[in-house]
This record gives sequence, C-alpha cells and structure tokens, in this order.
Amino acid sequence: MAIEVQNLNVHIKDNHILKNINLTLPEKQITCIIGPSGCGKSTLLRTLNRLIDGTEGVRLDGKVLVDGQDIIGSGPEITELRRRIGLVSQRPCPLPMSIFDNVAYGCRINKMHKRHKALIYAVQKNLKAVGLWDEVRGRVRTPAARLSIGQQQRLCLARSLAVEPQYILADEATSALDPISSKTVEDLFVSLKNDYTIIMVTHTLRQALRIADNVVFMYLGEVVESGPAQQVFHHPQQELTQKYLSGAFS
Amino acid sequence: MKVNKSKRIEETLFKVLMWVAMAVVFGFVISVIWTVFSRGAKAMSWDMITKLPGGGFYIGKEGGFLNAIVGSLYIVGASTLIGLLISIPVVFYLNVYLKKDSRLAYVARLAFDVLFGMPSIVYGAFGFSIMIYFGLRTSLLGGIIVITLLIIPIFIRSMDEATRNFPRDILDASFSLGATRWETLKVVVRQIAPGIATATLLSIGRAIGDAASVMFTAGYTDSIPTSLSQPAATLPLAVFFQLSSPIPEVQDRAYAAALVLTVIVLLLSIGGRFITNRFSKNKL
Amino acid sequence: MLRGRIVKDKMAQGLMCLLTILSILFVLVMAVGLYLKSAPVLEGRSFVSLITSSEWKPMKGEFGFLPFIVGSLWVTFLAILIAFPISLLTAIYLTEYARPKVRKLVFPALDILAALPSVIYGVWGMLVIVPWISSHVAPHFMDFSSGYTVLAAGIVLGVMVLPLLVSLFIEVFSSVPIELREASLALGATRWQTAKKVVLRKTLAGMLAATVLAVSRAMGETIAVLMVCGCVIGIPKGVLEPCYPIPALIANNYGEMLSMPLYESALMFAALILFAVVLVFNLLSRIILYRIERKEA
Ligand SMILES: Nc1ncnc2c1ncn2[C@@H]1O[C@H](COP(=O)(O)OP(=O)(O)OP(=O)(O)O)[C@@H](O)[C@H]1O
Ligand SMILES: [Mg+2]
Repeated sequence: MAIEVQNLNVHIKDNHILKNINLTLPEKQITCIIGPSGCGKSTLLRTLNRLIDGTEGVRLDGKVLVDGQDIIGSGPEITELRRRIGLVSQRPCPLPMSIFDNVAYGCRINKMHKRHKALIYAVQKNLKAVGLWDEVRGRVRTPAARLSIGQQQRLCLARSLAVEPQYILADEATSALDPISSKTVEDLFVSLKNDYTIIMVTHTLRQALRIADNVVFMYLGEVVESGPAQQVFHHPQQELTQKYLSGAFS
Repeated sequence: MKVNKSKRIEETLFKVLMWVAMAVVFGFVISVIWTVFSRGAKAMSWDMITKLPGGGFYIGKEGGFLNAIVGSLYIVGASTLIGLLISIPVVFYLNVYLKKDSRLAYVARLAFDVLFGMPSIVYGAFGFSIMIYFGLRTSLLGGIIVITLLIIPIFIRSMDEATRNFPRDILDASFSLGATRWETLKVVVRQIAPGIATATLLSIGRAIGDAASVMFTAGYTDSIPTSLSQPAATLPLAVFFQLSSPIPEVQDRAYAAALVLTVIVLLLSIGGRFITNRFSKNKL
Repeated sequence: MLRGRIVKDKMAQGLMCLLTILSILFVLVMAVGLYLKSAPVLEGRSFVSLITSSEWKPMKGEFGFLPFIVGSLWVTFLAILIAFPISLLTAIYLTEYARPKVRKLVFPALDILAALPSVIYGVWGMLVIVPWISSHVAPHFMDFSSGYTVLAAGIVLGVMVLPLLVSLFIEVFSSVPIELREASLALGATRWQTAKKVVLRKTLAGMLAATVLAVSRAMGETIAVLMVCGCVIGIPKGVLEPCYPIPALIANNYGEMLSMPLYESALMFAALILFAVVLVFNLLSRIILYRIERKEA
C-alpha cells in the first residue's frame, strides 16, 4: 500500500527536471518533501497522480509503483489512479458550483453513490471530517466561492476525501492561508494520517518538523536525503541537508 | 470498472465528435478554395487582368477586368493610408495618454468594437445617404471615404491589441530621458511596427473584399477613373455583377475575378500570419 | 525650445483626443443620420405596423417589413444552428485537448475562412451549395427547387461565422484558470467531463456573449446571402423556400431607391433596424466579454 519510486526521470522539453529519483513513501504516514524553490517538489507530486501529463513536452522514465502497480507507461486507467490519489493544491480552487456540488463532484464523476440519500450522506460526512459542516450547514447550496480562503481549502480537502482516496498529495496546502486556518488544516492532516498515506510539500521547516513522520529533501531535481523525520532533522547524513536545515539557503 | 467504462465511452464519443467537427471545418476550407480555384483557373487568362472591358464585353466579347483591379487598388490604397493616419494617433492616445482604467478609453474601445461589428451594408447605406445630402454621386471619393470608415475600427482594434501588451518600462525609459509623450510616439511606433503591419494587411484584406459598402458609394464603371469624382469599379462587384449575367462567358469572368480576389486575400492572410505567427482575435 | 516641445505635445494631445472623441461620436452620428433618413416613412405609419405588416408595395407606398425580418431571422437561426455545435466542439478540442502541432494546423485554416470575402462565399454557395440542395436535398421533399433557399443562405452564413465563433469561444475558454481544470482532473474526471462540467459551466455567460456577437454578424452579412437566398418577397414557411433578408433588400434596391417617393426612406429604415439590432447585441456581448477579460487579468 505504499508508493515506491524507482529511477524516475522527468524531462520537460530539453530540461531534465527530476533526476533519477528513488524513494519509498510509507503507508499511513505523513511524508514531507522539502527543498528550495524550483527543486522539483511540485513536479514530483504531479508525477505521482500523472497530472503532469497535461504539461507540454513532458517525458517520464522509470517506475512509480502505487500498490505494487506501475503507473508510468500503460499502467492503470489514469482517471482511476487519480481518484485513488487526492490532491490539495497551494491555492484553494473551488469549482464554479455550490458547496454541496463541489463535494459531490467527484462522487458524481465516478458514479459512486447510486442513491441520492447516500450522496447527501457522503457529502455530510466529508464536510464533517474537515470540520466545515457546522460552519456551512445552512448554506451548502450557495456558491463555494463565497467561503473564506481557509474554508475553501478545507472544502477542497473534503472534495478530495469524498472520492475515497488512499493517498493524499498536498502541495504547500497551507501557504496561502492565514495562521489560524493554516493550523486548522495542518491539524486535519495529522488526524487523517490514520486512514491515508499523506505526501505533502512544504516550505516551512517548522511545519515539517511538527507533523512529518518521514522527510524527503530535494535539491536541483535530485533526492539528496530521505528517511524518518527524526533522523533527517537531527542527524542529517549529507552536508547539503545540514546546510539547508540551518537556513544557509532559503 | 463499470464506471470507468461509461466514462471512457463518453470521452471517446465526444473526442470523435470533435474530430468530426474539425474535419468539417477543413472540409469547408478545402471546398471553398477548391471551388474558386478550379472554376477560376478554367476562365483565367492574361487578358482578364491586363485589359479593360471592350465593346460587347457583357455579351461575352473581348476584354478583361483591369478596371476592377485598378479601382480596388485605388480605393484600398487611399483608404489604408488615411486609415493609418487616423488610427495610429487614436491608438497612441488610448494607450499612452489615457490611464489603464480610464473611462474614456473604455467607452472608446466599446465604440470601436461596436463599429467593428457594424455590417458593411449599414456603412454603405449611411455613406450613400450622406452623399445624397451633399449632392455627390457614386464616385471614387465616396468609395474611399466609406472604406476608410469601415477599416478604421479594424485598424484600431488590432493595433490596440498589439500596443496593450507593450511594456510600459520602455515608455518610462523614454519619459525619463526627458522626451514628451509626443516624441515617445516614435518609440512606440517602432516597437509596435509588426502590430501595425499585421493590422494593415488585415485591413487591406477586409477593404478589398468588401462589396456591400462600395456598391452604394463607388458605383461601377468600365473605365479606370481619372479623378476622384468618377465612379470606380471594384473586384468584389466585378464578381457579383458579372455572375448575375445569364451569358456563360461573362460568368466565367466573374470566376476569374473571384480567383484574383481570393489569391490577393490569401496572400494577405499568409503575410499577416507570417508576421505575428499567431491566431489573433482581430483577424475576425 | 522646451516650451515649444511642450506646446507641441499639448497640441498633439488635443488633436488625438479630438480624433478619439469623434470616432466615438461617429456611432451617434450614424444613428441620427439613419433615423433622420427613415423619418419620412415613419410619418403616418407606426413603427409596429411597419415591422408587422407583410404588404410590400413600394409603388403604392406600402412598406411591410415582416417578410424581410422573418427572412433574416430564419437565415440567422439556421446559420447559428450549424455553426454553434461545430465551433463549440472545435474550440473545446483546441483549448482542452490539442497539442500545439494540431493548433498550428487548424488556426491557419480558420484564418483562411475568416479572411475570405463575402462575395467569395457567395460564389461558393452558388456553385456548390445551391446545386446540392436543388439536386440532392429538395427532391426528397418537393417536386422542384432552384436551390436558392433559406437553407443555402443558412449554410453559407454558418460557414462564414464559424471562425468568429471559434475564436471567441477559445478566448472565453482560455479565461478559465488551469488550476480549476486540474482540480477536476485530479478527482478522476476525464477531460471531456472537465470541459463539460467545469469549463462550459464557468463560461456560460461568455458563450452567450460570443453567440450573440455571431448572431449580429450573421444578420448583417449581405452579398453572400444576396447571392443564394433567392430574393423572393414572402414569408418563408420552411428552410427549402426562398427568402429575402433585410441586408439583401437594401443591397438589391439601392439603384431604384431614388425613383419612388419614400422608397429611399423605407430602405434607410431597414438599415436603421439592422443598425439598432447590431448595436444592442454588440454592446451587450462586448460588455460581458470585457468583464471576463478583466477578471482574467
Ligand atoms: N512546464 C514547464 N516547462 C519547463 N520547465 C518547467 C515547467 N514546469 C516546471 N519547470 C521547471 O522544473 C523545475 C521544478 O519546478 P517545480 O515547480 O517542481 O519546483 P518546486 O520545487 O515545486 O518549486 P516551488 O517551491 O517554488 O513551488 C523548475 O526549475 C521549473 O522551472
Ligand atoms: Mg511548487
């Protein structure tokens, strides 16, 4: 149930963006990917759910095993893969529809609940899971764009959870939020790790320190060091990692 | 997996429909071009484009439609020049003198978009009534005026588009060197030269192909006008009038004229694409 | 020296401002001019009776515009009916699916369609569409048709507005942020589902505006329609009957305009109707499109 990345190389046109990545992302834990801007964190995430396919001139080599199945190459049906791997992006991105429809969107797309009752129940359950239900219960039929940014981000998380994924990718999911919303979302991720395998990119080392079980440090498209958070943070093996952690380049 | 199947079927179905739609578009392009070229080539001869209509031209005797070619060139040449002279200052004013969120600029752009959308028959009818008011008859001058009015919005819209993306730093650089805005015009013009060139080609293409407005204002004649007050023939009208003749030889000339017109317009379009190399909304 | 330069600058500014304002005023001048010209025919006849009567006897001073208005509506409706689905699918493909290579192939084709003059479409219509209708379509429904019909005009017009619609649709669809599409894709939606449920849904207003612009373009198109519509005065009862849209009426009769009292005024009234419709449609849709553009920026 883990994700295994083997010899992954990503080229965009003539640029070698990810270089020979080898990683294991353990199940039901939070793995934080850290590294300076432009080192390929987002690219790696977008490769895991193949959202990178939409990028012009992209070429993928190597293997990414999700539940033991290679997703590069012919692999599984891409839409099914994406259903299994949820994504929360940096800026909250509510779809142009009501709060209810936002959460129901993925269920409808994937025809998950035959009966309307079941759909309503699922929407409720997931809004509750992100602590949004009490805040919006009276207005689930109003446009999602009217929510505050923090609420929108939680809505996006609920939307991802509604399609019953096993993995959640989060790309700087808290960086656009105010400190309080940021804390709320961060706590949410921690509470979710019992049920989901979470991979998140973060720019704030302190956040990684707080919640990460595992840490991956990337630099210029390569994985410099990865391992349990304790080890990477307190006994980094590589000089580059030490430098980065001590704030030598930020 | 059943879910996936219906999703996939829908996806494939619509992808096929999209391919069909694009094939239809290509089909239309090929059909139009092929029709005009194959029919026109049959009727084409050197005489057509080098001779004026001779006696008995309209019952199928000697001659060509040089009158229409020259008439079109006169009208298009003059109105393009005048159009440029009027449009460049307006575009400059909109983009350099007025602020980005200026009310006047908003209204002006709206007005030009509306004028751009006005059918040429309305320009023609309006121009015609003005000419009657001033006691003018159909003439080269009338044609030039109406075509100028018709292409000014095209000029302005497409140059405006090119200028709006113009880096303001260059303006600031020029101002900071002590240049007045008027002097900066030269800098801007040099910068947006490709935009102006495309706009010009676009306008020429529009001007040369427009029939409804010149029908009212420039009239039609078998000779080449020697003064502004004489009527002038134009290519689109040469096609239109000769095609309404029942005599096959005369119709043939219409097809030859259509071929000439199409070649000119295609060359202009290719030229425009060559310069900007992109699909601009102003081409429409 | 400096003062000279500044004066020159001020003068230039004044001149340019004047030119700009004059161009805006031109819309008004056109409206007033056409109205004054059509005033005589409006004297003694009500506006409503003019556009609802179908008696067209210029010699007797009877001007009923209904046949022409209905003709215009028929032709325009048919043109949009043909062009809308084709342009929508093409535009979705080009924005949601196509690789740059495909775009490089399709855009020049659309460019060509956009560049061809009206009269060329007329020639094409007469040589291809009219005979096709006469020999392949009409025989299924009636004994004889010349082919010069509402259908012919509709098809020709439809092809003519295609490039306009496609480019407007593309512009509108491009205003939808990529993140929105990715949000949908990341939930397991296919591209078509994303296009249908996110892109189209988000751009309904823009699509409407684009379509209205295309309608107004189709309504004013003259020569091509004139060449294939049949020009028979009467209210068409079906697509296989000839018709006589407003622009064709104006273009076809300008020669005799001055020979009969009120005839000129009646034709100018026709031009005024056209002007008013196009003005309103353009204003509405442009304002919507501006909004979209601004949001995007
Ligand atoms: N479409 C593209 N075309 C070319 N290069 C790209 C493209 N997308 C990303 N890159 C390059 O790939 C590299 C990695 O980008 P990526 O967005 O993954 O970085 P990142 O680690 O997420 O940075 P940040 O922390 O700023 O988000 C960058 O150098 C970027 O310039
Ligand atoms: Mg990133």
